[in-house]
Amino acid sequence: MKIAVLLKQTPDTETKIKIKSDASGVDETDIKWIINTYDEYAVEEALRLKEAVGTGEVVIVTAGIKRAVESMRQALAMGADRGILIDTEGLTLDSYTAAVILAKVLPNEKFDIVLAGKQAVDDDCVQVAHGVATLLDWPCVWPIEHIELSGDKKSVMVVRPVSGGTKEVFEVGLPTILCCDKGEHDPRYASLPGIMKAKTKPIQELKAADLLAGETPKVKWVNFSLPPDRQAGKILKGEPEQVCAELVKLLREEAKVI
Amino acid sequence: MDYSLTSEQELLRKTVREFAQGEIKPKALELDRKEEFSYELTKKMGQMGFLGAVCDPKYGGQGLDYLSYIIIVEELARVDASQAATVAAHNSLGVGPIYHFGSEEQKKKYLPDLCSGKKLWSFGLTEPEAGSDAGNSKTTATLKDDHWIINGSKIFITNGASKMTGGCTVQAITGKGQDGHKEISCILVEQNTSGFTAKEMHNKLVWRASNTAELYFDNVKTPAGNLLGKKGDGFRQMLATLDSGRLGIAAMGLGGAQGAFEATLKYAKERKAFGKPIASFQANAFKLADCATEIEAARNLLYKACWMKDQKKEFKTLAAQAKLYCSEVMYRVVNHAVQIHGGYGLMEEFPVAKFYRDQKLLEIGEGTSEVQRIVISRALGCYSE
Repeated sequence: MKIAVLLKQTPDTETKIKIKSDASGVDETDIKWIINTYDEYAVEEALRLKEAVGTGEVVIVTAGIKRAVESMRQALAMGADRGILIDTEGLTLDSYTAAVILAKVLPNEKFDIVLAGKQAVDDDCVQVAHGVATLLDWPCVWPIEHIELSGDKKSVMVVRPVSGGTKEVFEVGLPTILCCDKGEHDPRYASLPGIMKAKTKPIQELKAADLLAGETPKVKWVNFSLPPDRQAGKILKGEPEQVCAELVKLLREEAKVI
Repeated sequence: MDYSLTSEQELLRKTVREFAQGEIKPKALELDRKEEFSYELTKKMGQMGFLGAVCDPKYGGQGLDYLSYIIIVEELARVDASQAATVAAHNSLGVGPIYHFGSEEQKKKYLPDLCSGKKLWSFGLTEPEAGSDAGNSKTTATLKDDHWIINGSKIFITNGASKMTGGCTVQAITGKGQDGHKEISCILVEQNTSGFTAKEMHNKLVWRASNTAELYFDNVKTPAGNLLGKKGDGFRQMLATLDSGRLGIAAMGLGGAQGAFEATLKYAKERKAFGKPIASFQANAFKLADCATEIEAARNLLYKACWMKDQKKEFKTLAAQAKLYCSEVMYRVVNHAVQIHGGYGLMEEFPVAKFYRDQKLLEIGEGTSEVQRIVISRALGCYSE
């Protein structure tokens, strides 16, 4: 069983985001970088699939700059076998171009399953995995909270939560791309033996520029700004009848939510 | 000169920090209150590889450098002194002597289970009437028909009486040296040996969730082959063990100071008095500035001592300085921490109260601050004429 995990390095969700003074992007100076939260669930599921089969390989595939190697090593320390870094130094990728370069790399490796997080917690675009699936014409299920390999290892059964607590169950042929939600298994800690082994696991480096083949981003970032500060709340006082009437009026006219 | 850690050391710190926050922190206060040693957490720490950190992988250890091991202890102590104590004592005092002075046969027999966390091992040095005055030890071991017969008792022995303790490296008098001094040797005694009783000590001020024992030896018969190294080498082995062990205690001071400081900085920025965060009052701001500065200095001193050890350079005096300084930095930091917390600092619901209590051991265990000052001033040549 050969499994890839698409892993993105993102700012820690507790980071206080600052915008560069010229509004051209996010100021990265004080950012603590982590494995995208949902990608960490994908790593855990990939390791569990490999363990269930007993043989195979888990490969971490990352499009990013050299800094991302630190997060890849963490996934290797959790138990993944090797990594492929697609170096994006000097390029600005959007979801489309990110999907293009990943779709170039994945088929060469003949993966059975590609796992990704359901979204990246930095830009929240939710498009790269779908884009890769479209370009490769592979089935894709989003988001999933449970994966089970079939007895003949030719398909997987996945559970997808939909609104109202309903669950959809799919049987999906391989190869496929599956996007992991916070599932039933917490990501494992990298153990000390894992950390010691991680430094000798190979990380192959490719250049994103060589894989783009003339494709350019479809999105252009024009300007960055922080959301406005939240205004102080309003407390309505008086008799319940009056308060209700006032509340409905405010929800309708001021908040414009009903 | 390069102050940066390796990427493995950075990843190690991150991993241990996440483990400590995720697994230990939610249970620490409750375990402390109930004075309960956690087998579950100890087992988990074993699975993480914390219990055989610097030992060679061929005996089941992780083969880490000493600085990496110290980072583990520091990060555990940042959250909970008791769990850090279990790990530090097991590595420095349990695994250490067997790994450094044991025969190949002893290493193969004991180390794999100790490194995996299947078993713990303790080091029996202190006696009811012999702490700093180790020369006053009374426990004896006499060789008789291929067996040592051990009599005596030990006290304040970390990891000495848990259900997973496999045994103890016991310091005992085995005769008289040529210079007329007591001859000391170390002997490995397994936990279930007849005549050997290990009793948990309770009602502690500090490290309440770590296992502390009184050990009694009543004609304990243990094979002659359980002697660690050579007969008469015990004193030298003990001194070498304590040199390294001091770095572990220093790491607990550093980590504890860091944990208390972080909790206090956060509190001081959130808590308001007279309409302003109390961190903005210089009386508090200066205390926080002093804490941050002293912690930085403590970390540099301790890491340098570890670096010297890893480089196989002489580190004995630096280890004593690091142990002395880190434990006293934590003393000052927890004092400020409780003061800044005011009344809430006196309540166990706030983490600084436990840091305040747990700190005190560090100036007493593995050589009191006074003993460290003796070691350092001796190295300065103060007493030579």
